[in-house]
Amino acid sequence: MEFNAIYVLVAREFKKFIRERSRLVSAIARPLLWLFLVGAGMSRLVSPKAGMPYTQFIFPGILGMTILFSSIFSSISIIWDKEFGFFKEILAAPVSRLSIVIGKGLSGTVVSTIQASIVLLLFPVLGLKLGLFQILEVLIIAIAVSFCISTFGILLATFYESYESFSVIMNFIVMPMFFLSGAMYPVKLLPKPLAVATKLNPLTYGIDALKNAIFPLEEGPMSADFSLVTDMAVILFLSFTFVVIAARLFERKK
Amino acid sequence: MSIIRVENLVKSYGGLTAIDGISFEVEEGTIFGFLGPNGAGKTTTINVLCTLISATSGKAFINGHDCAKEPSNVRKSIGIVFQDTTLDKDLTARENLVFHAYLYGVKKSEIRTRVHDALTFVGLYERKDDLVKKYSGGMKRRLEVARGLIHRPRVLFLDEPTLGLDPQSRANLWGVITEMPKKHNVTIFMTTHYMEEAEVCDNIAIIDNGKIIAEGSPEELKKTVGGDVISLRTRDNHWSRQEIKKMFGIDSEEKDGELYLTTGRGDACIPELIRGLGDMVLSVKLQRPTINDVFLKLTGKAIRDEDVSGMSNIKEEVRAYRRRH
Repeated sequence: MEFNAIYVLVAREFKKFIRERSRLVSAIARPLLWLFLVGAGMSRLVSPKAGMPYTQFIFPGILGMTILFSSIFSSISIIWDKEFGFFKEILAAPVSRLSIVIGKGLSGTVVSTIQASIVLLLFPVLGLKLGLFQILEVLIIAIAVSFCISTFGILLATFYESYESFSVIMNFIVMPMFFLSGAMYPVKLLPKPLAVATKLNPLTYGIDALKNAIFPLEEGPMSADFSLVTDMAVILFLSFTFVVIAARLFERKK
Repeated sequence: MSIIRVENLVKSYGGLTAIDGISFEVEEGTIFGFLGPNGAGKTTTINVLCTLISATSGKAFINGHDCAKEPSNVRKSIGIVFQDTTLDKDLTARENLVFHAYLYGVKKSEIRTRVHDALTFVGLYERKDDLVKKYSGGMKRRLEVARGLIHRPRVLFLDEPTLGLDPQSRANLWGVITEMPKKHNVTIFMTTHYMEEAEVCDNIAIIDNGKIIAEGSPEELKKTVGGDVISLRTRDNHWSRQEIKKMFGIDSEEKDGELYLTTGRGDACIPELIRGLGDMVLSVKLQRPTINDVFLKLTGKAIRDEDVSGMSNIKEEVRAYRRRH
């Protein structure tokens, strides 16, 4: 593994992230819209008696969404790089494919963790009380989930050559991943087929882990669906799998 | 010593053979030109040598390393300037070079000076902090050449380096390229379909339909199409023809009122010719064979009038093949 290459891939992403203000602004605006426009409206329909106000319930989901969008966006920029040639510069370098995948995965991890942290600052506004330990817990989970989703995004990027596929990925992969993740509704309340699909979604475990950390409810419809240990085990296992498969796919020479 | 050695290389995509058993060697410290029309297999050959694609059969060695078995060592030995720009347009010129230096594992303490030297060499130091998207085509290409040198490669590959550049940028880039073998101790492997550019190369291989059809120095190749042609207008063609026959023992041809004579070294003949014919001579013109004449003779077609639609068909076929596999 080449740490110099991993470092410089992350540095490049970070530099571009800071330079592109519009990307940062829209990344922060999206969760705010969901939280205060959709969440506030929906909270009128959902009785707080079910455990907590709806805006509080969707907070982990909104953090998950922030991570989902920014991680996938960061990873599928590979398609952009492929189309505009820069990816060739990376592929032609004396760097193992594993380092490239890990470097790109960590790039996505850094930018999405930063964005998730900014959204996390909203918790007092929603009336949530988080201790220092909980905040740390959320950050650690955010890092793990960001890496998992970023590597999933890299895997997606290996299948597409042109940037026109961007909207396909957004509409048919990212949006369904968001809706079928337990972000907006508890998985345990979903009808069977949807519940099955939800359980196949890596993001579900990420959001569930965040739910476990943010409001450790014992029971009730709004409580977490799996244990924190299960969530983390799934996330780590999937990350590992995505990295290995993506590295393999990049290795393929035509 | 040969820094590049290619033996019987074949690359086929399904039924389409892009490279059809080519062999050649490149001497260290020279400029080697790989010539041919679009779609002849130039870029495919570069991609195999750069370990970006694997060959169907045959062998290729760079700096003694097997391209198929030791890709990492090969990659450390080479720099590449691809046909299409591969710069990050959202980074500055300097950042692009620093990125490259890290990627190739250049020692941290050396990065600063190497980036500085490379930018100075291609004359872009003043513009180092501009975003690459503000660069012109010629500047981008020079920046890519600078980047290709950052890790001190033994071989620099240039795929159609002057494609799409205006004449001034082309001349500018040529100045940079021809200076490189001595200044940076690097061998240049370049492809082009501009015949004038091929004249600068130490050695040339001409490729057509995936096969090498001629190889040698530009001078050697041009000799194969016959020598230089001197055309002259005189006051008395009949008398002049006889004089020329007496002086050189060559029959000259008369066409449209002008005399044409073919000789080995036309430039050396002219002074003698003028001395012999005196003020009978009205004008003298020397035409030397070009690489294009070589290509024309070997294939019966000019190198430039390639069939564009045929080319895109090939690209389409390769793409379809890649999708299936």
